[in-house]
Amino acid sequence: MPFPFPPYNVVKDLSRSRLKYFQDAINVQVSMKLEMKDSPGQLVSVIQPISEIGGNILSVIHERDPAVKSDVLDVQILCEIPEGSLEPLLESFKQRGVSVLRIGEERLLVRRSVILIGHLIHTDISDTIGKIDSTGFAEVHALSMIMPAINEPSSTKMTIKSDSLANINRALDILRDVARQKEFLIIEPLEDV
Amino acid sequence: MRIAMLGLGSVGKGIARAILEQDLGLSLTAVADSKSGRIEPSGIDIASMLEQKERTGMCGTPGVGAADILASDAYDILIEVSPTNAETGEPALGYIREALSRGMSVVTSNKGPVALDYQSLHLLAKEHGAYLRYEATVCGAIPIMHTIESGLAGNTITKLYGVFNGTCNYILTRMAEEGLTYQQALLEARELGYAEADPTYDVKGIDAAIKLVILANAVWGMEKTLDDVEITGIDGVTTAAIALAEEQDLTIRLIGEIIPAEDVLRVSPRIIPKSHPLVVEETLNAVAIDTEMAGEITLIGKGAGSLETASAVISDLLFIRDCHGRRS
Repeated sequence: MPFPFPPYNVVKDLSRSRLKYFQDAINVQVSMKLEMKDSPGQLVSVIQPISEIGGNILSVIHERDPAVKSDVLDVQILCEIPEGSLEPLLESFKQRGVSVLRIGEERLLVRRSVILIGHLIHTDISDTIGKIDSTGFAEVHALSMIMPAINEPSSTKMTIKSDSLANINRALDILRDVARQKEFLIIEPLEDV
Repeated sequence: MRIAMLGLGSVGKGIARAILEQDLGLSLTAVADSKSGRIEPSGIDIASMLEQKERTGMCGTPGVGAADILASDAYDILIEVSPTNAETGEPALGYIREALSRGMSVVTSNKGPVALDYQSLHLLAKEHGAYLRYEATVCGAIPIMHTIESGLAGNTITKLYGVFNGTCNYILTRMAEEGLTYQQALLEARELGYAEADPTYDVKGIDAAIKLVILANAVWGMEKTLDDVEITGIDGVTTAAIALAEEQDLTIRLIGEIIPAEDVLRVSPRIIPKSHPLVVEETLNAVAIDTEMAGEITLIGKGAGSLETASAVISDLLFIRDCHGRRS
């Protein structure tokens, strides 16, 4: 018989694994203007640290002005990184000889996924999505649906995106109301304190 | 210490065996089942009583019942393990009241009376200098009450949440592991004896909610009833929903939670990371206690079963015996 509960290291070390349990993905969108030596392979020293902290690059603008004869190169980068990881990222740039010229405004991005079970399509799915999207403070970011058979309830994972935890909670309140009216079951993540 | 026991089903037999087989210093002096009873102040021969019960379905003489035992002087502590009635709590509630009114301490595994009438039973016990203990009513063998009362004494409990129903946990585990439908998993649970013929009480989340009511009233002195619990069962959970969760190393479990500061008393299926300590397999129960000083404590163990429930009852008996006369 298999060991009936998670391995001891998981049970033992609650404090360290805390972050992992937190199911709202909280990211920060940040734009940066960086300066580095203009030599082959240097872009890696920008990209690698971002990937190491679990970040995601949204855009890279890498312009070379032929009129300027300089041995340095400017790169503008827009990326999404986990909350609290900006400081280590800047430190990592410094160690690799990348100078940070400017850091743009940080924007918080919070995502929460819930599972909806019921007749989502037949109860006007675009109306359901519209109830969230029309708030102005939250939007439906992704949908993933499994429809087992006609007339059987479908199961849908819905991810809602917003700029703060408070607004995510407001959006969820709206969704709970809709779920009550349209009679579908909403399964929410267990939140940690 | 002389023990009287009302009820000789699976739990009662487990307790009788534990008293017989382990040197606990306990003597069973009276016992009643639904049809018969016996009172032997010098101590019952448990082995032959169990053998008679097995053979005839009766533990003693027809006509001898709970009332005779309660009125006798043959016991110091009453063990009340008769079948649960979640709506009225009877007849167990009446037995417990009677014993407490006589100044006799009571240990019970019966959720009905404790969930329905905790405050007045608690007062009655206090008034008559008796103890009322009910460790076995919540999470079977897990010493949740002792942990909160003694082990975590002095801590403020800020939140309590966990898996309180083994039947639901079994069904959800099987749906996740084998891709069974809810109906298939329920059928399997029935065949294995984990679910009743009428599974409503378990799968609708009522059993878990009753345990939350007991905890809320006992731990925080609230005056909650079943109507105060927001309840969603697992009967609407689909295999597809679990599959969607599993894509991200998450799963779905029926979680009961009490957050006093937010007045939350809720039982609902929830998305939870598979690596979370509350994600236990099969019929296990698990409960996490959040405290101010001790941080988070998680207890995992068997939530039902004859010997497992007997363990909780015996621990209450020994607690009363060892603390008797010591309290102010």
